[in-house]
Amino acid sequence: MTPPDRKGDSPRATTAVALTGTPDATGATDTTDTAGTTSTTGAGTGTGTGTTDASGAATTTRATAATHTATTSRATTATTAPAAWARDLLFGARFAVTGGRQGWARTVLTAVGVGLGVALLLLAASVPSVLGNREERSEARKAVTVSDNMKPGPHTFLYADASTTWHDADIIGSVVRPDGPKAPAPPGVSAVPGPGEMVVSPALKDLLRQDGNKLLRERLDYRIVGTIADEGLRGPAELLYVAGSDTITDTHAERIDHYGDGIDTEPLSAVLILLIVMVCVVLLMPVAVFVGTAVRFGGEQRDRRLAALRLVGADLPMTHRIAAGEALVGALLGLAVGFGIFLVGREFVGSITVWDINVFPADIAPHPGLTALIAAAVPACAVLVTLLAMRGITIEPLGVMRHSAPKRRRLWWRIVLPALGFGLLLPLVGDVSYANDSDINTYQVASGAVLVLIGVTTLLPWLVEGFVNRFKGGPLSWQLATRRLQLSSGTAARTISGVTVAVAGAVAIQMLFAGVRDDFVQTPGHEATDPQVGVSRTVDDAEDARSMISAIRGTPGAQNAVGNIQTSVGKPGADRSRDDGATDQLVIGDCQSLRALARIDRCEEGDVFLRADRDPESFAAAGARVDLTPPGYGDGTSKEHLWTVPASARTVQDQADEPADGFSSIMATPSAVPVSTISYPWLLVRLSLDPAQPDAMEQIRNTAMRIDPTSSVMAYSDIESDDRFDDIQTGLFVGATATLLLIGVSMIVTQLEQLRDRKRLLSVLVAFGTRRSTLAYSILWQTAIPMVIGLAVSLAGGVTLGVILLKMVDRSVRDWSSMAPMVGVGAGVIALVTLVSLPPLWRMMRADGLRTE
Amino acid sequence: MTPAGSLLIGSALRKSYGPTPALDGADFSIHPAEVVAVMGPSGSGKSTLLHCLAGIVQPDSGSVRYNGRELSSLPDRGRSALRRSEFGFVFQFGQLVPELTCLENVALPLRLCGTGRKPAEAQAAEWLERLEVDDVRGKRPGEVSGGQGQRVAVARSLVTRPRVLFADEPTGALDSLNGERVMQLLTDAARDTRAAVVLVTHEARVAAYSDREVVVRDGKARDMAGVL
Amino acid sequence: MSIGHTLLGLLESGPRHGYDLKRAFDERFGQDRPLHYGQVYSTMSRLLKNGLVEVDGVETGGGPERKRYAITDAGITDVGQWLAQPEKPDPYLQSTLYTKVVLALLTGRNAADLLDTQRAEHLRLMRELTQRKRGGDLADQLICDHALFHLEADLRWLELTAARLDQLDKAVRA
Repeated sequence: MTPPDRKGDSPRATTAVALTGTPDATGATDTTDTAGTTSTTGAGTGTGTGTTDASGAATTTRATAATHTATTSRATTATTAPAAWARDLLFGARFAVTGGRQGWARTVLTAVGVGLGVALLLLAASVPSVLGNREERSEARKAVTVSDNMKPGPHTFLYADASTTWHDADIIGSVVRPDGPKAPAPPGVSAVPGPGEMVVSPALKDLLRQDGNKLLRERLDYRIVGTIADEGLRGPAELLYVAGSDTITDTHAERIDHYGDGIDTEPLSAVLILLIVMVCVVLLMPVAVFVGTAVRFGGEQRDRRLAALRLVGADLPMTHRIAAGEALVGALLGLAVGFGIFLVGREFVGSITVWDINVFPADIAPHPGLTALIAAAVPACAVLVTLLAMRGITIEPLGVMRHSAPKRRRLWWRIVLPALGFGLLLPLVGDVSYANDSDINTYQVASGAVLVLIGVTTLLPWLVEGFVNRFKGGPLSWQLATRRLQLSSGTAARTISGVTVAVAGAVAIQMLFAGVRDDFVQTPGHEATDPQVGVSRTVDDAEDARSMISAIRGTPGAQNAVGNIQTSVGKPGADRSRDDGATDQLVIGDCQSLRALARIDRCEEGDVFLRADRDPESFAAAGARVDLTPPGYGDGTSKEHLWTVPASARTVQDQADEPADGFSSIMATPSAVPVSTISYPWLLVRLSLDPAQPDAMEQIRNTAMRIDPTSSVMAYSDIESDDRFDDIQTGLFVGATATLLLIGVSMIVTQLEQLRDRKRLLSVLVAFGTRRSTLAYSILWQTAIPMVIGLAVSLAGGVTLGVILLKMVDRSVRDWSSMAPMVGVGAGVIALVTLVSLPPLWRMMRADGLRTE
Repeated sequence: MTPAGSLLIGSALRKSYGPTPALDGADFSIHPAEVVAVMGPSGSGKSTLLHCLAGIVQPDSGSVRYNGRELSSLPDRGRSALRRSEFGFVFQFGQLVPELTCLENVALPLRLCGTGRKPAEAQAAEWLERLEVDDVRGKRPGEVSGGQGQRVAVARSLVTRPRVLFADEPTGALDSLNGERVMQLLTDAARDTRAAVVLVTHEARVAAYSDREVVVRDGKARDMAGVL
Repeated sequence: MSIGHTLLGLLESGPRHGYDLKRAFDERFGQDRPLHYGQVYSTMSRLLKNGLVEVDGVETGGGPERKRYAITDAGITDVGQWLAQPEKPDPYLQSTLYTKVVLALLTGRNAADLLDTQRAEHLRLMRELTQRKRGGDLADQLICDHALFHLEADLRWLELTAARLDQLDKAVRA
């Protein structure tokens, strides 16, 4: 306490000299009209008197200061420690809100930064409820067959899936036909629509109303009698309809008596859990980094202010408590802002559809436990980060001493974290299987991955420093940027560490995703010359099949339509109570369609062929008897319906390497087989689209819908994937993009702060005639250099992590290009930060900064 | 002193920041190799006068002619180029780029003019020697004393051999001894290179290094040479 | 400082008795050292001899001679020249300069010009000293510096006074 006080005294003492000295001197000189020696002596005397007076005054002042100090220290001891704590915290809190325009700017900045982070955390905490509620409603409207032979009754109804696709949008539809008056309506629908009527979701209603959607109106040729309420929809933008019918029969439809549940949803597979864990880690870590950066906003100004407080007698613990109080206010305001952003933001969520996902605002309800955790952890972390950041500096009364500069960063402890992480992950290699009940050690995977990712961020400052220190020369803008980075590589590394985590994590997940994708995604095999579209449906008999094929052939834009019926046949004499008897495949079609499968020279109606390359264990042979209604394909009770493969059946070679609809052992023309006897005569019509008719696909879909709402239209060029997998991928992209943007925002704030601190210097550089472009490039390099290092590190880390994760599920790397989009987003953030920094840079490159304050 | 033969002439300069005029019809002229002190109470507009003369700030009205060219008719790019090649600047503080070494700081204006790094730094080293601060070339501005830093700044302002050197309180942050030394070195070097010096200061002892004195009061400049 | 010029200046605002002159002088400039009557009469007789003042009238009666003096045109010119002439820059000029400023204000002359002139003169000398200092050895430098610091202090006083002229004008005229 004493040294600063004494320093503080000296200016006062000087003032005392001036005050006591001047009148004396004037008095002495006034009398003498003569110049020269006398006056010099006079001056000497004057000064002499002044000095004496000064020391006297100084002594007095010091004595007063001492008394004052004593009083203060007595007062300090009198107040208890908690009271002192509270007082200092409150003091700091006051600074946060009363610091004038700059103080406010800093507080608001921190609050907004923390608020964005908190909003994102709350969103993450809402994921369970979003998924849960969606899943719940999705379950509640499912039509589940309880028994194969339900008898018609007052509660039962026939239900058939009638989903279709309009361009890229999936429309979920069903056709229902009540058996009795008490048949239930699906969730969100007040009354079952009658024949020729339908109820639609609001989004579908809008879609139907739009101009240019005439084909869709023709396809869903029902009268709209109502709207499906929210409780029947997964999200506000879902396209859904329920139509009534009096024509569908149980050939194409299921008879049920209620909607919903029945079967538990299958548990997520271990691989999916692994993916989800990774996604969460990757998304939340950058948010933590961001919040950490946000509470440091304006740190340098704060340090200067604390130094001023030290000058008037605050000790070091006091300054720490004051800083903590200040950070606490920022964090608490941030918490409030975060809740505000979250509440306001979620109202807009309903109108946004990203990658097919769209949710009701009400569904976004953060988990209470997690909410409490956020509310407690964010302020605590803010204080912690502040105190940690202050560890590297000593706030002295005359300024801030940084003792970080000369200390070189050490490598060993930075290696520890990623090493530990890999240590946790490596033993798991090959251990994770796809079986749903696989006992994956979630904690081990999560903590391993987290350690690797944190490791990347701890390695970053060391790498940035080591790298940047090698830079020499280059153009001026480059020199300015590299020198700046050399002096404060820590700040740069801290800012980009969030990007690094996000990119490293996203790359790892992308690789894992690409590696296991084929297990979840069924890509129907086809070649470029093959049919592009398949329309399928269970037909009644050969005539039905023929009329469907000709209807499709007659559709505008359909080309080369070929259809055949595919079905299974059983071995006669199988145990009918079991459904795992041996089966073989039978395909029925006209000669033309069979020629697409095999090399057939002679073919007449009534002919039957056998595939030469069929399974050696196949029971199909010329003259053999096969069961057309094998167990498991009929109603379980029906008798065998035997059919004899004609002895005249010829053996033929395959036409293509792998036909799109698989291999069948027996190929028959329609009149050779009693089609109506077959349990499920499934007709598949394959066709190509006329490239000259852009709406050919929609025309086909319309035809299919007209033939039978339950027929399905499949584009072979599309990739169908596991829905849950889609959700994970979607979540990753949305989250990573949002996170990178958030980091971009924090980089911008840091950049602006830095610019403001350098306002004067910028003005000086302008005075020197520095070109704007030089400074702009220097800002670009300043952002780009650490970003490129960060991306390189994150690619290395991400690829390593990705390879290990893939090894864990026993897959090899299939797609090295999966990291490209993330690198692209990273580059986008560099450009964004630079561009946003330019207007303030131009503004600050004016002479105002030269006017001394 | 008549404007005839002057290198830089400002006439009837007016400039306002907000409602208060910083300059209210100020006149100024300087000859080649002349050192002119601009004095006046704080807030009188002396820095604004310097900024206008140097083309850093555009006056609201009035004209600044350098070597017969009207500055206000030049675009920003042209004025910047002029400042790079023909003018030099020394300010009171905060002018050295903290990340660059002293040598690099001195080389900065040359590099702005397009000189390569090696030759620019060689010239910079000569100037550091001339201003007797050769020993700090490898240090960063934060590691040198105020007097050394200011000499580095003077070296930087003269390295391009400017025809006009603008010095805004160049000794304002220094003690008398260091201030005197900087002023001696500055005026000697300026004399050697025949640079005109516009020296804004509030210290009479610093102004005493000038050939002539102009006092700015209430936004108007008064040439004290005409008073006696 | 010139008592003669000061008394002349005081007379410029109107004829006065010798006794009045002494009182006015003491009030404004003589805080430490009042004038003696003898000084006043000897000075006035010198000014009378030089034609700078004239006797406006004599009051007869008891006591000492009571002449009323008035300034002549020559006197006014003389005061003006004296005020316009910068003093030789010299330490401890203040009392002279102060007197001149007050008289300039009292007589409605431009006090600011007076200060500027003095200021220019000060700076001229400082420039000379600086020049000498640059060429000289350490002893020269130290001596010059001593003078420079004193001159600088004077100059500051000039600046300060210039900034407070309005205030002083009010006080003087009060």
